[in-house]
Amino acid sequence: MTTAIPVAAATTLRTRGRRARIIRRLGRNPLALISITVLLIAVLVAVSANWVAPDSASATDLAHTFSPPGTAGHLLGTDDLGRDILSRIMFGVRASLEVAFLAVLTSLVIGVPLGLIAGYYRGADSVISRIADVLLSFPFLILAVGLAAIRGASLSNAAVAIGIAQIPGVLRLVRSDTLRLKSLDYVAAALVDGASDRWVLLRHILPNATSVILVQATVALPAAILGEAVLSFLGLGIQPPQPSLGTMLSAAQEFAARAPWAAVFPGVAIMLLALAFNIFGDSLRDALDPKGSR
Amino acid sequence: MGRYLLSRAWQSLLTLFAVVVLVFLGIRALPGDPARALAGEDSSPSALKAIRHEYGLDRPLPVQFWKYIEQLLHGNLGVSINTGSSVDSMLATALPVTFELTALAMLIASLIGIGTGVLAAVRRGKPVEWFANGFALIGLSVPHFWLGLLAILYLSVGAGLFPASGFVSIWSSPLDNLHHIILPAVILGTGLSAVLMRQTRSAMVDALSADYVRTAKAKGLPWRTVITRHALRNSLIVVVTVAGLQLGELISGAVVTEQIFSLPGFGKLTIDSVFRRDYPVIQAVVLVTATAYIVINFLVDLLYSVIDPRVRVAGKDS
Amino acid sequence: MTTTTSPPVTDTSHVLEVADLSVSFRTEGGTVSAVDKVDLRLDAGEIVGIVGESGCGKSVMAMALAGLLPASAHVTGSARLDGSELLGAKESTLRRIRGRDIAYIFQEPMTSLNPVLTVGRQIGEVLQAHEQLSRARARTRAIELMNLVGIPSAHERVDTYPHQMSGGLRQRVVIAMAVACGPKVLVADEPTTALDVTVQAGILNVLRDLRNGLGTSILFITHDLGVIADIADRVVVMYAGRVVESAPVQDLFDDPRHRYTAGLLQASPKPDRYAGSDRLQEIPGLVPVLSTHPDACTFADRCANASAQCRTSEPPLVGYAGEPQGDHLAACWHPNISGHEENAEER
Repeated sequence: MTTAIPVAAATTLRTRGRRARIIRRLGRNPLALISITVLLIAVLVAVSANWVAPDSASATDLAHTFSPPGTAGHLLGTDDLGRDILSRIMFGVRASLEVAFLAVLTSLVIGVPLGLIAGYYRGADSVISRIADVLLSFPFLILAVGLAAIRGASLSNAAVAIGIAQIPGVLRLVRSDTLRLKSLDYVAAALVDGASDRWVLLRHILPNATSVILVQATVALPAAILGEAVLSFLGLGIQPPQPSLGTMLSAAQEFAARAPWAAVFPGVAIMLLALAFNIFGDSLRDALDPKGSR
Repeated sequence: MGRYLLSRAWQSLLTLFAVVVLVFLGIRALPGDPARALAGEDSSPSALKAIRHEYGLDRPLPVQFWKYIEQLLHGNLGVSINTGSSVDSMLATALPVTFELTALAMLIASLIGIGTGVLAAVRRGKPVEWFANGFALIGLSVPHFWLGLLAILYLSVGAGLFPASGFVSIWSSPLDNLHHIILPAVILGTGLSAVLMRQTRSAMVDALSADYVRTAKAKGLPWRTVITRHALRNSLIVVVTVAGLQLGELISGAVVTEQIFSLPGFGKLTIDSVFRRDYPVIQAVVLVTATAYIVINFLVDLLYSVIDPRVRVAGKDS
Repeated sequence: MTTTTSPPVTDTSHVLEVADLSVSFRTEGGTVSAVDKVDLRLDAGEIVGIVGESGCGKSVMAMALAGLLPASAHVTGSARLDGSELLGAKESTLRRIRGRDIAYIFQEPMTSLNPVLTVGRQIGEVLQAHEQLSRARARTRAIELMNLVGIPSAHERVDTYPHQMSGGLRQRVVIAMAVACGPKVLVADEPTTALDVTVQAGILNVLRDLRNGLGTSILFITHDLGVIADIADRVVVMYAGRVVESAPVQDLFDDPRHRYTAGLLQASPKPDRYAGSDRLQEIPGLVPVLSTHPDACTFADRCANASAQCRTSEPPLVGYAGEPQGDHLAACWHPNISGHEENAEER
C-alpha cells in the first residue's frame, strides 16, 4: 500500500508539467491563437447577444425588406421580413453553441463512463460494445427523425439526438485508451498494492485519458454545430421564429436569388464556427502529441 | 476466413435484432395511441380496430413482438397513411435514387480524398501539403447543404450549368441522369472526401516510415511503385474501415442533399414522412437505414479481409 | 598485373571505397553529427564487419551509401561503388543501383517485409524492376532464389504471406530479395540480431555461401562480436560516429589496440568464462551525443588512460609498432601496445 500514494502523486505532478507545456505549445501556434480568438468572440457574442446585437432577432420591418448588406443600420442586410441579418446571426450562434455544448456534454456523460467500464472489465465489454454497434447503425439524422417523431422537434431534442449519435465514438475512444492504460506498469503496481478498481479507474486511468477525451470533444463540437444546422434547416431542430443559422438558411432558400446575402452570411457563420473548432482541435492534438516537437 | 466471417455475420445479425427491438419499442413510445398514430389522425373506430388487430396491439407485448417480426420477415412494412400505397413500393422507387447518389458521392470522395491524402503525405512540409490540409479543414467545416444552396444559386440558376432540381432515371437517359445527379453527388462527397483525405494522409505518413517501405526503396523500385504498391496498399486497410464507418454520415447527408436538390429519393421520403407523421414510413426508413448500415459494414469487413491477408489467414488458422 | 603496383590499381580492386564520409541531421536542437569522416574499403568477395554500440552511426553510415536516409540528413564525402560515385548521384541513377549493385538486408524480418504482398511477389519485384522480367518469369526466378537461400518447399512458400513464416524464413526471404540481381555489395544491417541463436547460425551460413559461391562482398553490421568472429574477414570498430580501429579479424581479437575495442572485448562473454566467477567488464559512462565536434578523442571521457592530449586533439587512424603501412589501424593516442608486445613475445 505504501507505494500507491507516491505513484499517484507522481502522476499528478507529471500532469501539471504537461499542462504547462501544452499551453506553451498552443501559444506558439498562430493558427491555434486565431481559432481561440474566434471562439472566444463567438462565445462572447452568444452570451451577450441580448445587449450587443444591433436589433432584436425577431423585429420585422416590412418597409425595409431585402435591404442589401451595408444598408445603414443593417450591416449584413435584411431578410424577407425586414429582420436584421447580423442580429439574427448573433442569436443563431448562441443557439448553435447551446446545442453543440449540450450534445457533446450528453455524449461525454454517457460515453466516458461506459468506455471506462468496457475497457476495464472484459465481461462488460462485449455487452457495451454491442450497444455501441446498435447505436452506430442509426445515422444521426435518422435518430433525430425518430426522436422528432416521438417527442417533437425542438432545440433540446436536436441536442439529444446529436449527443446520442456521438456516444459510440466517445465510448470506443475511451475504451481503447483504458485498455492501453490498464496494461501500463504503474496501474498494475497500484493493483498489486491493493488499490480498488474504483480508485484505479478514477485516479489513474481517467486523468490520463483526459487528453484523448478532450481531443474527442473538440472534434465533436464542430460536428454538432453542423448537425444542428442540418436539423434546423430541415425543420427537425430549432423551430422558427426562434433564430438559428439553419432555419435562416432554410428560409433564405426561397428568396436566395433575390437576396443572396441572406443565404450566404449564415452559412459563413456556421463555417467559421466549425472551422475554428476544427483548427483548435487539430492544434490541441498536436500540442498533446508527446512525439510533437513544437 | 470462414470462421471469422461467420462470427462477424453473427454479430451483425445480433445488432440487427437489437435494432428491430429498438424500433418496435420506439413505435410503442409514440405519444398517445400507437394505433391512432399508425392509422392517421382522423381514422374511424373500426379502422383503428383493424389496425390494432393487424399489429396485434390488443395482445400482450411478446405476442405483439412476434407478430411484428413475422410482418418484417414477410417484407411487409405496412401502408403509408399519407398516400395509401404500400411502403414497400415507395421504398422501391426511392431507394435506387439514393443508392446512385451515395455511391457516386462515395466514388468522388474516394478519388479526391485518397488522391489528395497521398499527395499531402508524399509532399510533406511542402506547399502541396498545406493546400491539401486547408482543403480538408474547410471540407470538414463547411455545411454541405449550404454549399448545395450556393451551388444551385450560382451554378444552376446563375450560370445555368446544371439543372437546379429534379431527376431523370438512369434507365431512360444515362447522360441526363448524370447531369442531374453529379452536382448533388459532388456536394454530398465534400465532407467525406475531407475525412478520407485526413485518414489517408496520416496512414500514408505512417506507412512511408515503415520498415517495409524502406525495404522497397532499398530494392530500387520506382518511386511510384513504392508509393502505390507498398505504402498505399497498406494505408487503404485503415481508410476502408473509416469509409465504412462514415456511411452513417453519408446517409444523413443524402437526406439533406436530396431535400435541397429535390431528388425523389429516400431522404425526401424520410423528411416528408416526419412532417406528415406517416409512422409506417418513418418506421420503415429507420429500419432500412440501420439495416443498410449493418450490411454495408459487414461488406466492408469482407473487403477488409480481401485487402489484408493477415485477417484472411488468421481466420483460417483459428 | 605487371611489376608496378601503383595506388590507382589497388584502388580499383576495392569494390566499395568510402572516404571522408560524414552524416549530420538537422533537428530542432541544432545539427547532430551521426557519422564523422569515415574511411572504409571493401574488396571483392570480402566480408567486413562493422562493430559498435547502438547509436554509434554504423547503420546511418550504411544507409547513406545508397541514399536511403531521410531528407533531413546531410551527407558529405565520397563513396565509390566499382569506381562510380554514389554520394550526390541523381535519384534515378541511385534507384537503378539499389537492389542491383548494392543491396540491403535489415534487422527486423518481422517488419521489413510488406505484410500484404506474397513473398514471391516481393522477391520478383526486384527482378521486374531491374531486369524487366515478366511477372511469371520473376516468380519462377523467385522460387530458384528461395531454394538458393535454403527455404524448404519454395514452390509452395512462394505464394504465402510473410506472417505465415517464421522469423528465420523471413530473413531468408529478405536475403533472397537482396541477392536477386547478384549485387556486388550486400549490406547486412544486424541481420541476425532479432533471431534465435540456432536460426542465426543458419543465416550466417547462407551469407557465407553467397560470398563463396557468388563472390558477393558483404558489409556486415552488428554489435555482436561473436558473430563478427564467426563471419568477418576484417573488422572496423566504430565509436560515436568515428572509426576507432580497423584490423583483420584475428588481429583485432588477439590484439585490440584502441582502449574502446579492448573494453568491448572485455565486455563480451567468452565460452571459457563462468557465470559468477568472472564478471563481465562494463565500460563506464555513456556514448556521447555528437551534436558538437569536439576536437578530441570521443572516447576520452570513458577512458581510464585518457590524458590531456586526448581531450584537446583528435587522434588519427594509423598503424603502430613499426608497421605504419600495415592493415591494423587504430585512432588512439595511448594504444594498448603492451598487449601487442606480449603477443609479439609469444610469437
